[in-house]
Amino acid sequence: MAILRFAMVLAVLACLPARAEQVVAGLSQARISINTSFQGSEILVFGAVKREAPIPAGQLDVIITVQGPAVPVTVRRKARRMGIWINTEAVEVDLAPSFYSVSTTAPLDRALNETEDLRHKVSIARAIRAVGVTEDTANLPAFIQALIRIRTEAGLYQTRPGAISLIEDTLFRTGIALPSDLVEGDYLTRIFLTRGGQVIDMHQTTIPVRKVGIERWIFNLAHQRPFIYGLLSLLIAVTAGWGASAVFRYFRA
Amino acid sequence: MQIYLPIAEISVNLFLLLGLGGIVGLLSGMFGVGGGFLITPLLFFLGIPPVVAVATGANQIVASSISGVLAHLRRKTVDLRMGTVLLIGGLFGAILGIAVFNILRQMGQVDLLVRLCYVLFLGVIGGLMMIESLRSLRRVRGGAPPKRRHHGWVHGLPFKMRFRTSGLYISAIPPLLVGASVGVLAAIMGVGGGFIMVPAMIYLLGMPTKVVVGTSLFQIIFVTAFTTMAHAVTNQSVDMALAVILLIGGVIGAQVGTRLGARLNAEQLRILLAALVLAVCGKLALDLLLRPDELFSLSEPGAV
Repeated sequence: MAILRFAMVLAVLACLPARAEQVVAGLSQARISINTSFQGSEILVFGAVKREAPIPAGQLDVIITVQGPAVPVTVRRKARRMGIWINTEAVEVDLAPSFYSVSTTAPLDRALNETEDLRHKVSIARAIRAVGVTEDTANLPAFIQALIRIRTEAGLYQTRPGAISLIEDTLFRTGIALPSDLVEGDYLTRIFLTRGGQVIDMHQTTIPVRKVGIERWIFNLAHQRPFIYGLLSLLIAVTAGWGASAVFRYFRA
Repeated sequence: MQIYLPIAEISVNLFLLLGLGGIVGLLSGMFGVGGGFLITPLLFFLGIPPVVAVATGANQIVASSISGVLAHLRRKTVDLRMGTVLLIGGLFGAILGIAVFNILRQMGQVDLLVRLCYVLFLGVIGGLMMIESLRSLRRVRGGAPPKRRHHGWVHGLPFKMRFRTSGLYISAIPPLLVGASVGVLAAIMGVGGGFIMVPAMIYLLGMPTKVVVGTSLFQIIFVTAFTTMAHAVTNQSVDMALAVILLIGGVIGAQVGTRLGARLNAEQLRILLAALVLAVCGKLALDLLLRPDELFSLSEPGAV
């Protein structure tokens, strides 16, 4: 499977017009399975810069982004009204990635210029899309900042300047920590090669994150047969309640 | 030891959950409260999404209440007849409460209203119970026999029924009304309503404290079973794995709690419950009054 994918990548690369520098990369895991003992995971991204010409001038940088499934989110702000703190304003963000990690060899603003960031949506702020926001557009930046701050504190958004080690302008590697509260879905991994802030090559791949085993079974049952699931939950509760009572009586007798 | 919860989609410490279930079960057995008002905020604190916490909490309470009721049944401290009358009232109340909840949700601010409800009810009930219990404790120490209250108007109502276990011969109307109003609140606040039901039975219906706990638990089983089903079908938010862990702790706690409750006298039991209710009330009130550390909050659309 991995070999096949690699072959496909090579085939795609072969079809592209010849470039001075190309990125070839691999991941330590082709998929992530969430089982009962899942406590988060670390994926190792590694690769090399392929050249068929002498090394050009300019600063070479590598940027690696890992992006979870995007979902809409509501950001609310509390304010004091009549002595108590209540939610007053809300902003709906159309799509925000549930997980986003940017790793770079140098600070992001040096590794990538503004135009390229806009085009490829690399930085966290660019990756969040807030279109058709409600009336209070003047305060939008504060709400987006709050969204980034809260998710950064939760380890869901990561900005890691200098986290990629680049050896001899050729080999690079980094480890990206995924937290335990991952949303299921396909995680898009993009590897950008930049020189002087310009993107010269990009490679992308997806990592499927899926629940497996009993986690999968419970989740499917809950969503596909909710009535049976509810009855089963009650049955477990009734049995446990009765069981505990019986066991305690047995010990007393 | 960490465990990943399939519906909550988060990894939490197994022993922390077991302990949490145990404490709530203990309270449940001792006081006849379902513990919903306690377990739900504690689950939020562990980072479990509110929707999952509410639904799974209800499922766990079913188990601990059954465990508690069985222990009470053997000691013959459950008034099944009174429980059934309360339940009938509660059913109508719950239907009404769900309608009210939906109206509030359309108006927005349902979260705030729930919190205000909590602070108001917990504060009033806790305060009244504390004053009453301290007063009667003093009276007992003073040597005078405690007097049971008699409500003139309650005895004048029609449809009188005999509640043998409670030693009451009263109209069915007050228990139906108590059941209905608790049902309304339970639906709005997402709890079994034991912490309102218990004081209402003691002070409004004049039931003996020992019978109140078992009867309240009996009634809670059905209310929370209904809530669990409703959440499972509409939101798919009952986390079976989380429920199992919580209820293992819970059922054991409930058994221990019932035995502890039997050793304490009625006055001590009431003072402890009043202190607990006031503590939760104080915490919720502070959350509303103090400036929060983080003014912003995130929620997925559709979730309350």
